[in-house]
Amino acid sequence: MLVVKAVTCPVCGSLCDDIELTIQNGRIVKVKKGCAMCESKFLGYNGEHRVLKPLIRKNGKLVKTTVKEAVKRAAEILAEANYPILYGWSSTSCEAMRVGLELAEEVGGVIDNTSVICHGPSILSIQDVGIPSCTLGQIRHRADLVIYWGSDPWSAHPRHIERYTAFSQGRFENSAWRGYLTKLKASQVRKKIESAVRRVFLKEKPSVSVYIRRGPPPTILREGRKLVVIDVRRTRSAQMADYFIQVEPNKDYELLQAFRALIRDEELEVNEVAGVPVEYLEEVADVMIGCNFGILFFGLGLTMSSGKLRNIDAALSLIRDLNMRTKFAIMPMRGHFNVTGANTVFTWQSGYPYAVDFSLGYPRYNPGETSVVDVLLRKESDAALIIASDPVANFPRKAVEHLVKNPLIVIDPHMNATAQMADVVFPSTFVGIEASGTAYRMDHVPLPLKKVVEPPQGVLTDEEILRRILSEVKKMRKKKQGEITA
Amino acid sequence: MFLVLRGKTFWITFFPKYILRIEAHSTLIVGWRMVTYPKLKVTLLTGRTIEQGVGKERGKTSQEYVESVSVCFIDPEDLKKLGIKEKTNVLVSTKYGSVVVKALKSLRGPHSGVIYIPYGPWANVIVDPETHSIGMPSLKGISAEIEPAPDKPLLSLEELLNEQFRKD
Repeated sequence: MLVVKAVTCPVCGSLCDDIELTIQNGRIVKVKKGCAMCESKFLGYNGEHRVLKPLIRKNGKLVKTTVKEAVKRAAEILAEANYPILYGWSSTSCEAMRVGLELAEEVGGVIDNTSVICHGPSILSIQDVGIPSCTLGQIRHRADLVIYWGSDPWSAHPRHIERYTAFSQGRFENSAWRGYLTKLKASQVRKKIESAVRRVFLKEKPSVSVYIRRGPPPTILREGRKLVVIDVRRTRSAQMADYFIQVEPNKDYELLQAFRALIRDEELEVNEVAGVPVEYLEEVADVMIGCNFGILFFGLGLTMSSGKLRNIDAALSLIRDLNMRTKFAIMPMRGHFNVTGANTVFTWQSGYPYAVDFSLGYPRYNPGETSVVDVLLRKESDAALIIASDPVANFPRKAVEHLVKNPLIVIDPHMNATAQMADVVFPSTFVGIEASGTAYRMDHVPLPLKKVVEPPQGVLTDEEILRRILSEVKKMRKKKQGEITA
Repeated sequence: MFLVLRGKTFWITFFPKYILRIEAHSTLIVGWRMVTYPKLKVTLLTGRTIEQGVGKERGKTSQEYVESVSVCFIDPEDLKKLGIKEKTNVLVSTKYGSVVVKALKSLRGPHSGVIYIPYGPWANVIVDPETHSIGMPSLKGISAEIEPAPDKPLLSLEELLNEQFRKD
């Protein structure tokens, strides 16, 4: 039995690198320190949903084929296409992306990564306003005010709070975990008393205690780490927080601007903003100004709802304003484990972080025009290569309609909705489990991904599959050019 | 004609829009009345849940994943307004399409007037593809309508893909 320590978890943008895996007979049998998603991936990745042989569509059905045959078909599709899409990338290694970019340039297609439907607006805003950010280590050791806005780390980045923010034990800041436990116990006791009182005096059935919109508790002014959550729903993370602000859907922009005004000591001439009484906001603004080092993490609650990039503009400007009074940083909560890496590799290779169009022979970047959803909505693409992503399950229906109408190549270890609609399916290895590579954490820190077990026989890495397709495409194009000149 | 057993209430459907609701107590029928499906105007949010996260890592065609994304979290108060209990199928419609999902009571309330569907093939049918020229479709805060659909089936992943984008 082999125990591998310090394994990087290839699931979410937190990229926890302290996972311990126990390996027996070439299989992972135990996962230590991981979250529910991490355990699900390491223990369940090799389940019945795994594709082991390349598939090709013949007479409307996907049938098994050889790697050579599949590479040839895929290269044909890409070489013949005028404007192919190469999309996905965020769940694979930086090394594979590098080959992908070369392929995109060779075939003159548009290459895009999943940040286009997650933090794309954040990137646009950062290009406009700039971003005062830091690494997660800084936050772990120094931050005494942690704000999550439109993000539910408990569900999407389960170990984020424990490893990097409020519940982590830093060098200069103590963990708020004990306080949370005390609060939890107190609330349980309160619920019990409430239900007992109700049963005895009101003869009512005990029900779940209804959350009432309350002002910030006095504990928010205490010394030490504080957690504030701002969201449209009382998420699990919100339940952990010292204070939760429930904002009305699509009103984040108003709330952000209200905070900006309050931080500049301006008076608001309304009673409430986005459904939150102004006096509560004033107290939270005081807490923001009063902290030593604050951090605002924002999620898709800001980028996907009304206002999109303008919400991020306001959030970044809020942090800029706060930095006139104290030290504050801001960071987007990146979803896929290597989406930050995708932006980084795209930028160093082409100059742009996502939505890069090579159709004119040089990279062009204009989100809204060269972004994959727009290309699909305008029905311009005529083929697609999807890698390590599932757009059929994640794109709006109208965009998917055009995607599946044209030839579709999928590279993915698992069968998914997109692979079911594909013309060529390549099984690939799991980077971080069966293949090594590099990934970038959400704070732009590159971390190595380990190879801990051998992949199934005959299954290639993403990088190798792309290399083979690329060399086949080059061969085909050379042959074609030779025919033309002859 | 369908007969749907749900607790002590039988739903008998004659035609899609109207149902005959027979209220029974054990085996004794105590009354019946014609009811129409109440419709509710709501705001649709999509997002992540931990179950969806665990399911997607297990496999996008796994039972866990499918069960975690073909649901709709509704505030208990809205469930009352719709006159349904948990685990009843509901039809969620927007300008862009409509889909049948299973209603679940939201523990993240109160958020009456707001429903939550995890990201996935079911949510995609009804989200707003408008990108406002920045590449990002509008996936949160979409106005929608919700109505009970106890007689409409919840499609499997394959059936849903076939219905939405048949590939011959």
